[in-house]
Amino acid sequence: MVRVHRFALGTIAALTFASAAVPALAQQGLDEPFQKTFREALAGKTVAYVPVAMNFDLTEGWYAGLKKELEPYGVKFEIRDPNWNTNAGAQAVTSLISEKPAVMVIHNPDVQTYAKLLQRAENEGIYVIQINMGSAYRSSAFVGANWIEIGERQTEGVVKACEGKSNKIAIIQGALSAAASAYTLKGVENILAKHPEIKVVSSQAADWDAAKAKAITQTVLKQNPDLCGIVGFWDGMDIGTAAAVKEAGLTGKVFLATSGGGERKGACELVKNGSFDLDMSYDVPTQAAQMAGTIKWLLSSGVKPGSVKGSEYTTLIPITKENADSQTTCWNLSDLKK
Amino acid sequence: MKRFRLNQQEIVFAVFAALFLVFSILLKGFLTADNMLTLLQNVAVLGILGLAMAIVVIGRGIDLSLIATLAVPAGLVLQMVQNGHSLPASLLAASLLSVAIGLVNGWLIAYAEVPPLFATLASGLFIAGLGQAALFQLDVVQWSDGMAGFERLGQGSILGIPTAIVMFAIACVVVFILLRFTRWGAYIYAVGDNPFAARVTGIPSRPIIVLQYVLAALIGCFAGLVMAASVNSMPTRVFNSTLIYDVILVVVLGGIGLSGGRGGVVNVIIGTLLIGTMLNGMTILDVPYAGQNLIKGIVLLIAVITDTFLNPRNEETAQQGDI
Repeated sequence: MVRVHRFALGTIAALTFASAAVPALAQQGLDEPFQKTFREALAGKTVAYVPVAMNFDLTEGWYAGLKKELEPYGVKFEIRDPNWNTNAGAQAVTSLISEKPAVMVIHNPDVQTYAKLLQRAENEGIYVIQINMGSAYRSSAFVGANWIEIGERQTEGVVKACEGKSNKIAIIQGALSAAASAYTLKGVENILAKHPEIKVVSSQAADWDAAKAKAITQTVLKQNPDLCGIVGFWDGMDIGTAAAVKEAGLTGKVFLATSGGGERKGACELVKNGSFDLDMSYDVPTQAAQMAGTIKWLLSSGVKPGSVKGSEYTTLIPITKENADSQTTCWNLSDLKK
Repeated sequence: MKRFRLNQQEIVFAVFAALFLVFSILLKGFLTADNMLTLLQNVAVLGILGLAMAIVVIGRGIDLSLIATLAVPAGLVLQMVQNGHSLPASLLAASLLSVAIGLVNGWLIAYAEVPPLFATLASGLFIAGLGQAALFQLDVVQWSDGMAGFERLGQGSILGIPTAIVMFAIACVVVFILLRFTRWGAYIYAVGDNPFAARVTGIPSRPIIVLQYVLAALIGCFAGLVMAASVNSMPTRVFNSTLIYDVILVVVLGGIGLSGGRGGVVNVIIGTLLIGTMLNGMTILDVPYAGQNLIKGIVLLIAVITDTFLNPRNEETAQQGDI
């Protein structure tokens, strides 16, 4: 009896204590120890962005995505638009080095031009993130498409579509000086090496130009009306390729594989209306989010620029008739800018 | 005794004929009706631009803003329709913009007396910049549903002939009639041949110069619409390409001297055919890109050198303004 009484007393005492203590804890809150340093590491920092040019879906998308993620933390943006001029781009990077932003996001026009400059930038204490087009210098981070994989997967699609047909294919390359084009071609070659039955009837560079791509495709189709597939290197250019296929009345008969940033009007809409059969998308908003994440990590980690180096290859989204209707496959530039 | 002499137009035609013959014999699939139509279709836009440039060059000028007037008004049509305006309203806006570009160019050259090379170089940059900064959201303006039907301007065929070729033919006929059968056409030749003599004889030379640039801008806008219709989009970045050199090449190669007052529509057609044949043959041969430029350069050099040998320049034939 005494024991029971004691127990009851003890329980009551304990409950009373607990009921007094719990609200007190809730009122005080717990300080998360790292967020303050994170905020301080980002606030007032400058991110400089040097694309090859603004005004097209990829570079506008990256910019909008980065801004959306980082501006709320007080990160300032500086944009240098060389408008397709490689020299102007190199000058922009050079002048940025002396202005010392915290991070530079660089979209290389080719493998060599900026390589030395980017190394110098990291030596001077600027983190360098390269987007989609890497240079010969490996910087803190590379975020972007694996062009070899793009070429391989496009060609696999075309080879598969050619089964039981003429096995004749055409390749519409981008500009010869662009590494993206050369890498993609390597991917194409990798697959073709495994398929000796495939005959490449034409492999021409169209300079990323839709009108040129159309002209080449028209001529090739007139010479080879039994063509079963085309590997195109960029959806912005392959609008012309698709127009030529359509005019020849061969839509659906010639399998057209291409690649791009997955903007709705330039990708999903064109897959839906049958212009493209496969569009390998390196989803631009995801790339932007990955870059933003990397920037947050680098700034908050305080690692010395150039001391860590890594790559984040983009997981590709193959856009076909099956998923072109989905709301999440493609993105709208206008929404990203909101 | 009259010495046998070929002028540049005939030399270029001979080069074209020789190339055509070689390709016909050596290339299976070159000399087919289908391929001939493709050949023409591929250079139709270039040909239309050549006509615009020809009018200006005959009048002793040059229009480097032509590619900007190809890209910006046509891009404006696509952008306006995308933004929800009606097609006729957009076309009207584009035509007005083209006329405005032509008027400004013409005024700068005829009244402010700025050399055409500089005036149009600057205005071209301005127009392209205006397009990029104020008119377009993206460099490549995409086709939208409101444009449905309009693609027939550059795609499909009329009576078996691809529409782009028909458009080139129509442009050729219109420019031919203008240059040969109207008073304005005659005035353009007169102003181009000798502007001072033209002025003394009472030709309104300044308004005629303005007219040239307005016509060129309108034809450029038309070429842009054909181009946009043919590729279902307007890649306005075409301004940064080397297309303007090809256009000048077509004109000069065809035999329209930069000194003005000479040549006509036939020259543009010959120049266009030569470029078209080269491009088509090399695509069939699958010549690599670098090789194509090399061959193009060699053929052009041969044409120019032959001309210099057969028609040497001297004080008598050289004109002021010869380049």
